[in-house]
Amino acid sequence: MVLVAKVDNALRLSAVDRKATSLGLVIGQPLANARAMLPDIKVVPTNDSADAKLLTQIADWCDRFTPFVAIDGPRRLLLDVTGASHLFGGEQAMLDRIRSSLQAQGFALRGAMAGTAATARAMARYRDGVVIASGDEEQAMRPLPVEALNLDATTTHALRRAGLKTVGQVAARKRSELVARLGASMLAILDEALGHATKPITPRKPPPDYWQEQNFAEPVATDHVIRTTLNSLTVALAKILEQHGQGARHLEAVFFRADGAVRRIAIEMGAPTRDAAMIDRLFREKLDTLADPLDPGFGFDLIRLSAVRIESVVLEAADLDANINAKAEISSLVDRLATRFGGHCILAFQPHNTHIPEEAWVTVPAQHMRPSKLGWKETRKAKEAPRRALRLFSRPEPIDFASAQKFIWRKARRVVAQCEGPERIAMQWWRHEMPQPARDYFRVEDNEGKRYWLYRNDATSQWFLHGVFA
Amino acid sequence: MHGVLHEVFAAIGHEAAATGFVAGLTVRVAADKHLLWIRPIFSGHEFGELSPTGLIELGFDPARLFLLSVANAGDGLRAAHDALSCVALGAVVIEISGSPKALDMMASRRLTLAAAQKSVTIFLLRFSAQPNASTAETRWLVRGVASQTQSEDWGYPSFEVDLVRNRHGKTGHWFMEWNCNGRIFQSSSADRGTVVSTAGN
Repeated sequence: MVLVAKVDNALRLSAVDRKATSLGLVIGQPLANARAMLPDIKVVPTNDSADAKLLTQIADWCDRFTPFVAIDGPRRLLLDVTGASHLFGGEQAMLDRIRSSLQAQGFALRGAMAGTAATARAMARYRDGVVIASGDEEQAMRPLPVEALNLDATTTHALRRAGLKTVGQVAARKRSELVARLGASMLAILDEALGHATKPITPRKPPPDYWQEQNFAEPVATDHVIRTTLNSLTVALAKILEQHGQGARHLEAVFFRADGAVRRIAIEMGAPTRDAAMIDRLFREKLDTLADPLDPGFGFDLIRLSAVRIESVVLEAADLDANINAKAEISSLVDRLATRFGGHCILAFQPHNTHIPEEAWVTVPAQHMRPSKLGWKETRKAKEAPRRALRLFSRPEPIDFASAQKFIWRKARRVVAQCEGPERIAMQWWRHEMPQPARDYFRVEDNEGKRYWLYRNDATSQWFLHGVFA
Repeated sequence: MHGVLHEVFAAIGHEAAATGFVAGLTVRVAADKHLLWIRPIFSGHEFGELSPTGLIELGFDPARLFLLSVANAGDGLRAAHDALSCVALGAVVIEISGSPKALDMMASRRLTLAAAQKSVTIFLLRFSAQPNASTAETRWLVRGVASQTQSEDWGYPSFEVDLVRNRHGKTGHWFMEWNCNGRIFQSSSADRGTVVSTAGN
């Protein structure tokens, strides 16, 4: 079987299976050429997006080893396991475990561990399964061909043309010569491959600042154990946050299922929190109201709780105790409602400095509310009736005036008893290239005591109902 | 009186008036505490979205208000029940349109108990609905009233209010208006009765 993809307007082999390799097919060969060699090969078009998705899933699975997982090119993952290998019985044991687990899942892979990403890349390609200790990179890299440096095709070709066939030969040249011929960027890669310099990897997700995790030798599936574990992780994490004077705004519980599936459940808080009881309560709330419940399948073998976003907790003066308590109560209520219904459902008003009625405020998720410098200002003068409608229609509804005294809104005829206006509100012509026409607003009361806020579009003379008064 | 359940029914077409009436009541009950206003997602399309610029005109500080959108009455009632456990809250308002099944005698009793336990007042703002059995402390029917002035300015919001149920006091019928400056209900010029209720006190 072979996979084909279109390269430079020609179908070429992009991947070949073991049998095809043994029959002499190679990656990059034109399909027509391969067909001539073996007329009855099975050809499947490449599906890049499916490949990328699978790689992401594998990366999700790899999250259990370290939070620093980076996707490196279309078919490579980089894991930064600094400080994590001892949890898995040393570097070689960890590498073996990753390799054998993935092989058990049916993947063919190559893997290696080394002090720098560039060395690890080269080793995975040429010496599958090795661990290169920090400091031994140069020695390990020297005998490998220049392709191991993973440079672009032009540079590799240039090195070959210059007669430099191995990494050792390249490293033996004077640095100034290499820079002059091939540019400084090539030198940076060479340094990294030889272990003289390191470049941090870019993880898929920003790594959490603090996290706690619990490994299970036997996968756990019972609700009770899962919740108890989450609770003890919460207590441990809260303690760490307290030691560092931090509070979490965004927490994530990650459940790694034994079969490789990963489920993430996040909660957000309106104020930095390290109150274990409250965090635990929010998680319980979230777990109880999940539309798609947590499915343990054959069980979880790792549960991790990470503080994805933290803020420092400012301790407020103690004599304002009652006030602080009220504030904390309110923000904990907001958090609970946000956890249950979603942060976008619990809103607060924030004033916005404009005279356009529907833009005079914004509704923001209450958890992300910041105190505003603008205050709320009344439009009416003292002793006057309200000048702004109590309930506004987000889309003003067109109305028809049957006569000067009657208009029809929502199929019902309303008889005008009183009318006050116009109040002209101009749109912000300096903001838009095609400014909207000005509106003339009228307050209208009908003979049943209902009060409406109507406006007439200055350009089209069309009437709209924008809101209703108390 | 704190920690009780009040029901306010809007006459058909007078939803804004009832909203204003409830806004006034919450100012009386909890002038400077926070308030949770729960409403169905579609409420804005049907009756108009609650507007902070309109609230401030009534003397109601929009900064104290949290809005919660819920998909159905059942969610709203559960959220209200949860919110009643927060003693820092001044009042909870829950808008309910029609007569959903979730709002039965049991739900009403649960809310009444929860409100009494934590002394947080809850207002049920009912649109397009007929009163049914409940454990509410008071039940009001509200409609807007045409202003009596013939000047340019039609004056404060005025209501015709029927107190049809009051477990610990008299019922009655009043014409009243909401004084936006004094933030108090007062007898309106259309009032033909004698009793003025300073409701919610």
